[in-house]
Amino acid sequence: MREKLLEIKENALALLEKCFDEKALCEIKVKYLGKQGELTSVLRGMRDVSQADRPKIGALVNDVRNAIETRVNELANKFAEAELNRKLQSEKIDITLPGLQVKSGTPSILEKLVEEVEEVFMSMGYDVVDGPEVEEDKFNFEMLNIPKGHPARDAQDTFYIEDEKVLLRSQTSPVQVRTMLAAGGNKPVRMICPGKTYRRDSDDATHSHQFMQIEGLVVDRIDRNISMSNLKGTLETLFKKILDDKTQVRFRPSYYQFTEPSVEVDVTCCSCKGKGCSMCKNTGWLTVCGAGIVHPNVLRNCGYDPNEWSGFAFGFGAERIAMVKYGMTDIRKLDNQTDLRETAAFDRREG
Amino acid sequence: MISLEWIKDYIDIEDQDPKELAVKITKAGVNVEKVISNHIDHLVIGKVLKCEMHPNSDHLHVCQVDLGNRVEQIVCGAPNVREGLKVIVALPGCRLPGDFEIKPGKIRGVESNGMLCALYELGLEKKTEEAYSRGIAEVKSDLPAGTDANVYLGTNDTVYELDVHKHRNNDCYYHVGFAYEIAAILSRKVKLPEMKYDTISDSVKNHISLKVETAKCPYYLAKMVKGVQIKESPEFIKRRLIAAGMRPINNVVDISNYVMLEYGQPLHFFDKDKLGNNILVRDAKEGEEIVTLDGNKRVLTANDIVITDGVKPVCIAGVMGGENTDVDASTKDILIESAIFDAVSIRYTAARLDLRSEASIRYGKGLNYEYTMDAINRACYLLEKYAGAKVLSDIVTYDNISKKQKDVSFRTEQVSSLLGLHLTESDVETELKRLDFPYSLKNGIFDVTIPNRRLDIDENVNDIAEEIGRLYGYQNLESVLPILPVKRGEYVGDVKIRKEISKRLRSLGLNESKTYTLVSPELAKHFRYENKERIVLPNPMIVEKSVIRTSLLPSLLGVYDYNKARSVKDIMFYEIAKTYDKSYKEDTKVAMLMKGNYIINEWQGINIKADFYALKGIVENLLNFLGFRNRYTFKAEEINDLHPGISAKIYLDREEIGIIGRVHPNYKKDEIYVAELSMTKLYNKQIKPLKFKDASKYPEITKDVAFVVDESVESETIKNVIKKSGERILSSCHEFDVYREIEPGKKSIAYSLTFKDETKTLLEEDVMVVFNKIIKEVTTKLNAKLRS
Repeated sequence: MREKLLEIKENALALLEKCFDEKALCEIKVKYLGKQGELTSVLRGMRDVSQADRPKIGALVNDVRNAIETRVNELANKFAEAELNRKLQSEKIDITLPGLQVKSGTPSILEKLVEEVEEVFMSMGYDVVDGPEVEEDKFNFEMLNIPKGHPARDAQDTFYIEDEKVLLRSQTSPVQVRTMLAAGGNKPVRMICPGKTYRRDSDDATHSHQFMQIEGLVVDRIDRNISMSNLKGTLETLFKKILDDKTQVRFRPSYYQFTEPSVEVDVTCCSCKGKGCSMCKNTGWLTVCGAGIVHPNVLRNCGYDPNEWSGFAFGFGAERIAMVKYGMTDIRKLDNQTDLRETAAFDRREG
Repeated sequence: MISLEWIKDYIDIEDQDPKELAVKITKAGVNVEKVISNHIDHLVIGKVLKCEMHPNSDHLHVCQVDLGNRVEQIVCGAPNVREGLKVIVALPGCRLPGDFEIKPGKIRGVESNGMLCALYELGLEKKTEEAYSRGIAEVKSDLPAGTDANVYLGTNDTVYELDVHKHRNNDCYYHVGFAYEIAAILSRKVKLPEMKYDTISDSVKNHISLKVETAKCPYYLAKMVKGVQIKESPEFIKRRLIAAGMRPINNVVDISNYVMLEYGQPLHFFDKDKLGNNILVRDAKEGEEIVTLDGNKRVLTANDIVITDGVKPVCIAGVMGGENTDVDASTKDILIESAIFDAVSIRYTAARLDLRSEASIRYGKGLNYEYTMDAINRACYLLEKYAGAKVLSDIVTYDNISKKQKDVSFRTEQVSSLLGLHLTESDVETELKRLDFPYSLKNGIFDVTIPNRRLDIDENVNDIAEEIGRLYGYQNLESVLPILPVKRGEYVGDVKIRKEISKRLRSLGLNESKTYTLVSPELAKHFRYENKERIVLPNPMIVEKSVIRTSLLPSLLGVYDYNKARSVKDIMFYEIAKTYDKSYKEDTKVAMLMKGNYIINEWQGINIKADFYALKGIVENLLNFLGFRNRYTFKAEEINDLHPGISAKIYLDREEIGIIGRVHPNYKKDEIYVAELSMTKLYNKQIKPLKFKDASKYPEITKDVAFVVDESVESETIKNVIKKSGERILSSCHEFDVYREIEPGKKSIAYSLTFKDETKTLLEEDVMVVFNKIIKEVTTKLNAKLRS
């Protein structure tokens, strides 16, 4: 019996050694370990074994079974793994083919710029306020210290809807007036108002009868000492963020009816970094903004006592900033001619 | 236009480089837009000593020209060149206008070392047939040969062109005022013009009586001169007028302009004989007529001011004189008017008559009454000196002008805190002295008197701070953020929803566009689905931009065309913009447009085209995002400019909020889908706050069913019946198939119904009861058949 068992073990392992596929393995498994298998039939002869030898033979039987089973399982795993590998291999794809593009739309370049400006100011506690584009003369001019017949109206040739009464706003300043009036002359104001404005200009590469203005206003109690140097600091913060963190700001005296003192604001040219180039006409500076301390008459008109309140205001054209920032030469691309071939590149974050 | 040569009469700037001075002036606040110099180097006066025919030409001459220190041979082709003529010589190295450089060389074999010039070749005259035939310039002057020709031509001067759009009053648009500005910048003093003249004993009061019957003329001065001799003005007056952009006419007219350019005060000269003995200043009568100097008949309104001879108008005050009293070649006696009129009135009249002259612009900006007197005296001085006039004694005056002095009191700290600078009292004193503003300083308080010439300065400390700041120099300002309480910055009103919609539509693949608010009447005809009356501008610039739109769709289709013309195939756009109707009611619109492939990956066979349902999906996505799920419906409706079978109105809470559909092939033949919503209406709707809800613990049961119905039955109708019959346990119902090839005029729609009970596990039997009820209701109510 002992010999028989060892022989079975030897034969089975020898067969398994030459087994190379799942099917053959199955046959071997049946032949030796199956119900009708050789090992089973040997076990049937256990009753002929003496009582004394039984444990030994029993152990040997288990030993043989284990040896064969272990080897069978090993091979089974090996074959399964090989089969899986074959399958996976057959599923290999060409990962260089293009991916599915779920398109996202691009912002208007102008709107992208406006959003960036809004972000800077909102982080400093400014509200973003909107107002009507069809506006009353009163808010667009009169309350801003520009009475009817004033020469300052010449510079802003206006589209009137009703003569000297209703107009397409020529600046976003009426939103400042409305905001101050709404605040009732006893609350601080900190706001910007980006929006469309209109002036009688013939459209060409650098002029547009419709353009986007961004104005800002701070009014607070006089003991906060809001000054020209605060204005400079504020505008420097803005332009450093949206143009270049090395941008310098310079003030030049100017004249506006609604601010006193008034300045024009230059920034170092973002194209040549101030060295001088065609964009800045070799001056190294770009004029981008008008600003000043709010005129006492404007404060008074809007319900604020100039002896108790003061503040600054500024305004600039979004197109101008977008054009210098992105190196554009035609304003119409911003206000009326969105060319998808050009705007596609703007569907990304800022560098 | 400011002539530097002229300015030198009032302030010493000999040591200043004109370009550098312009930079200093601009830095201090008056924009010098252009520094214009006509000076031409290497241009001298020469005298033709010998003039012989050129050996190889029938029209050229070979000239020997005296240049003072030498004689040069120059070939000249002008017909008028001759011996003894004084000429203008461009020497080698000279660059003439058009960047034409003179070089020594040979002309048809004969050496020539320069060029004899015509005025048009120097850019001082237009090149016309006539100018050409006149030939070279003939110099009539005692200046010796070799003199710089720029001296003779008046091209030695440098002229500043100022930015006229800046709002400071007119003190910088006349030479005395500008001299004060330079004086402040350079810390120098101004020397005022000479104005002493003799008078004869006869008084102007014997010749004229003045009456003013309008409040719009607060100040009127008249003086009279006799026996003027009308002739050409002296060279310096002509030269200076030309430099300032005015045309010389004769000595008398030129003097009135000259004084205006000196003092900013326009003068008017009447021919005294034509005028008679009365002046009456009054408001014009409605419809009153006058023929002005330019020969045109002008019809006046009651808002205009006229000077009359007591009966008829002789001048539109501040705007233009009448032909009936103008100064002409035979004029002997002159009545000089120097007056102040209401600035606004003058501006209106000049604008209405389209007569914006140097005078009306200056009246319109406002005048300093002190110079009204100075100007009339200065004119008398010049008329005596250059027109042989005898000045009558006395002056006829109407004086109702306020002479209130403008004073400002302030402390140094007030100026410091406005500017954000640390100024000392002596800093302030330094700047006030430069400005030539009289002041006193007591106990730290400045009392400043604003000179009348500075009409732009009001009585407040801001104005003083501006003057001090611009001279002290803004380069000294530090950049410091204001110290203010921390607060949250937020989007006010409908700005937030606009941003949200904008970002959502971008994320759904639509590109943002911007278009003009003003459109053509042609464009404005389209998409009038709301029947709103439009605003038409009374005075548009061009008809293409004359109507304020009420729909963005025509403009969006314009952007579509623009991109299509540039071979862009897949075009998806949106725009958010304000619209206005005739009642000035604002309605912010959200417009969308789709054409072409929405999502595509060709090699995979993925190609989702932009069609009605793609756009409807975007609209639904947007409305759901905005919190309006289950509150909106689409109703098929025919809409102008949309395909009659592919168009719908969109309702939210039963209120119409917009439209959607395919653009009518008659309008645009391409397959374009558009939608437009009123953002204003969306903004005004309330939504519930977000709340978390646990997902159901109990399983769902799904049943499919298909109905065959008439083509005309809308799926929405079937779904409504299903939902109504589905009771509480029908949790959702959606279409999963639409099939048409059954029989003509019929279609089959298959629905997937999901049943769920929030409180228990549903039993198949319970579901079947409801399911059968649904089938029964749909088949009976909608004449539908169950499809097996």
